[in-house]
Amino acid sequence: MAPLGRAALLLAFGLVLYALVAGSYAAWKRRRRLALSAQNALLAAFPVTLVAATVLLVGLGRRDMSFVYVWQHTSHKLPLGYALSAFWGGQEGSLLLWLLVLTGYAGLAVWLNRRSRELVAWTVPVFGLVGVFFAFMLCFVSSPFNVQPLRPDGNGMVPSLQNPYMLAHPPLLYLGYVGLTVPFAFAMGALLSGRTDERWIVATRRWTLAAWTFLGVGQLIGAHWAYVEIGWGGYYAWDPVENAALMPWLAATAFLHSVMIQEKRGMLKVWNMILVALAFNLSLFGTFLTRSGVVDSIHSFSRSPIGGWFLAFLALMIVLSVVLIRWRLPLLRTKTKLESLVSREATFLYNNLLLVALSLTILWGVLYPILSEAVRGESRSVSKPYYNFFLHTFGLPLLLLMGLGPLVAWRRASLRSLGKTFVIPFAVAVATGVVLLALGFGSSWPGLLTYTFSAFVFASIVLEFVRGRAAAGGVVRLIARNRRRYGGYIVHAAVVLLAIGVAGSSAYQTERERVLRPGQSVEAAGYTFTYAGLKGLKGSNYTGFRALLAVSGHGERFQLRPGQNNYFIEGPSNEASIYHDPRSIGDVFTKAALAGKRTSSIDLQVFVKPLVNLIWVAGFVFVAGALIAMWPDAVEQRRLAARYAAGAAPAGI
Amino acid sequence: MDWALAVGAMLAVVAVVFVARPFLRDPSPASDRLDELAPEARQRLALAEERDRALAALKELEFDHRTGKVSDEDYRAQVGPLRRRAAEVLRALEAGEQTRHERVPDSGQRVQ
Repeated sequence: MAPLGRAALLLAFGLVLYALVAGSYAAWKRRRRLALSAQNALLAAFPVTLVAATVLLVGLGRRDMSFVYVWQHTSHKLPLGYALSAFWGGQEGSLLLWLLVLTGYAGLAVWLNRRSRELVAWTVPVFGLVGVFFAFMLCFVSSPFNVQPLRPDGNGMVPSLQNPYMLAHPPLLYLGYVGLTVPFAFAMGALLSGRTDERWIVATRRWTLAAWTFLGVGQLIGAHWAYVEIGWGGYYAWDPVENAALMPWLAATAFLHSVMIQEKRGMLKVWNMILVALAFNLSLFGTFLTRSGVVDSIHSFSRSPIGGWFLAFLALMIVLSVVLIRWRLPLLRTKTKLESLVSREATFLYNNLLLVALSLTILWGVLYPILSEAVRGESRSVSKPYYNFFLHTFGLPLLLLMGLGPLVAWRRASLRSLGKTFVIPFAVAVATGVVLLALGFGSSWPGLLTYTFSAFVFASIVLEFVRGRAAAGGVVRLIARNRRRYGGYIVHAAVVLLAIGVAGSSAYQTERERVLRPGQSVEAAGYTFTYAGLKGLKGSNYTGFRALLAVSGHGERFQLRPGQNNYFIEGPSNEASIYHDPRSIGDVFTKAALAGKRTSSIDLQVFVKPLVNLIWVAGFVFVAGALIAMWPDAVEQRRLAARYAAGAAPAGI
Repeated sequence: MDWALAVGAMLAVVAVVFVARPFLRDPSPASDRLDELAPEARQRLALAEERDRALAALKELEFDHRTGKVSDEDYRAQVGPLRRRAAEVLRALEAGEQTRHERVPDSGQRVQ
C-alpha cells in the first residue's frame, strides 16, 4: 500500500511542478496548447492526490502499524471514526489534507473559469506554485507513507481529540485556510496577466465567501470542542493556533467588505490586492504555526523540521505578493475618490482599518514570544489582558459600525437623513443601556457597551428589513432581490448574538473554586453545589471517576458529574459536566480533580456563564446568512454574462 | 507490492495522456496563440464595468430613497449626476460598438 501512496504523491508533485513551469512559460510566451496542458496537469493533480489520501485512509482504517504515521496516531482499540480522523491529527496527514483540498479547489476553480483564458493562464502557475510546496514537503520532507517493521500496537490518540467535534473542526478549518488560496491565485493571476478589471473578483467572490464561512464555522466548532472537551471552563484562550485561524478570518472579513467598494465604486483596487495577499499569507502563517511547533499550544505538533521550509515559502509568497502589487500599481490606481466621510463606503473603510488593526495586533501577540525568544533567548508570552484590551479597543467600534453602516447611504449622506434613520436604533440602544445600568450591569463597562451597541445593531438590522420589506413587497422578495446585502445583515445578526454571548459568559461570569469533602457544599450565582461522593468507572480503554454533585437554585434541581478519565495509553483527561439553563440561555459548568484519595475530597471548579449558548446559536445564524449571500443570483449571472460577452461568462462559483 | 506499482504506473500513464491531450487532439493547429484582450476590448470591458456600476448605483439610490434612507433633497442632488454618468458610459459603449462593426462588419471581438 505505502509504495502506491508514495508513487501517487510523486506523480502529484510532477503534475503541479508541470503546472507551474509549463504554465508560466505558456502564459509568458502565449502558447495556447501548452497553457491547456498545464491546466490539465492541475486538474489531474486532484484525483492523483486523492489516491494517496485513500491509501492513508485505508491504512488508518485497517490500523496498519507498518505505516509509521498510523502507529504514531492510532491504536487497535481506537474506534474507527477516530482512527480515520487521525488523517488530520498529525503533521504529515494534515499536509496531505492541505494538498488534497488545494488541488480539488484549484481544479474546480480553474475549470469553472476556463473560458477566461487570459486570466486562467496565469492563475494556473500560481496554484501550481503553492501545490509544488506542499507536494515537495510530502514527498521529500514529511511523508505519511514511511514504513517500519510491523508493531503490535500504536501510540493511540490524545484523549481530547477523541471527540466527535474533531471529525469536523480540522477539516472545516482546512477548507477555509486552503480556500483563501483561490482568491489569492486569481488576484496574482490578474496582476501577472494585467487583467486588473473585476474579472478575478467575479471569479472568486463565492470562493472567498465559502472559505470565510468554513473558517468561521470551523473556529466556532473548535471553540465548542474546547469548551466541552478540554474542560478548563472557557471556549477561547487566545491560544496562538486559535489566533492563527482568527487572523486570516479577520483579513478575509475586511476583504469581503472592501471588495464591495471596488464593485460599486471602482475604488480600493490596491487595498483589495493587499487584503487578499494578507489573508492568504496569514493562512499560510497559521499552518506554519501549527505545523512547526514553534509556539506552545495544545494544537501544536512537536517541533519538526518543516518549520524552516514553511518560513522560507511564506517569505517567498510575501515577496511575490509585494513585488507584483508594486509592479502593477499604475494599472491598479483609479480616479474615483471617496466623496464623503459620511457614506457607506467610508464606514466600510473604517471597518477595514479596524479589522486589519485587530488582525495585526493579534499577529504581534503571536509573534512577540517567538521574537523575544529569538532575540533575548527568553520566551515572554503575551497574556489575556493584552488581547482583551485590543478586542475592546477595536472590537467595540467594529460592533457599532455594523449598526451604522447599513443606515448610511452610498456616496454621501446628509445629517438630516442620518438623523431620521438613526433615531429608532439610537433610542433602542439608549433605552437598553439605561435599563441594564439600572439592573447593575455597570459592573463591567465593556460588557455594558457590548449589550448597548448590540441593541443598536439589532435595531438597525430589523429596521432595514422592515423598511425594505415595505419597499419590495415582502421579505422573501426583498432577500431574493439582494441576497448579498440581506444575507450579510443576517451574518451581522449572528455576530451580535456572538458578541452578547461572549460578553455574558465572560464579563458577567461567576467563578468559584473550592476543595470539598463528601457532604460539603459551595455556592455560586444563586446555585448550591453539594458534593455527595465519588463514583469509579471503567471503559474499554480507560478507568476514571465522577464526582456526584446535587445542584439546586433558581427553582431548579439537577445533578452534575464532573471527573477525569485515565486512558491506558494516552493518559488523563478532564471530563467537564455542564447543565444548560434555558432560563438564562447560559450554562452551569463544573470540573473536578481528585484532591485527596483517602478522604475522597475533590478540587471543584464552578463557572456560571449566562448567555453562553447564544455563541453556538450564532453559528447556525451565521451559516444561514452566509448561504443566502452565496446563493447564485440568476439576474446577476445574466448581467455578468452580458458583460463578459461571447461565451466568456463566469460559470458557477 | 507489484499490484501497487502497476496501479501507480497506470495512474502515471493516464495522467501523462491527459496532460498531453491538447497536443494529441490538435497536433498542427492553425494558430497556437493564447487569446488576449485587445486594447479596445479592454477599454470596452472597463466601460461595461462602469455602466454596470452606474446602473447599480441608480438602482441602489432609488431603493434607499424608497426606504427613507436617502432624503428627497439628497435624492435630487444625486440622481442627476448618476443618470448623466450612466448615459455617458452607454453612449461611449455604443460609439465603440459602432466603430467596431465598421471595422469588422461580420464578427464581434471576443471579450474575455
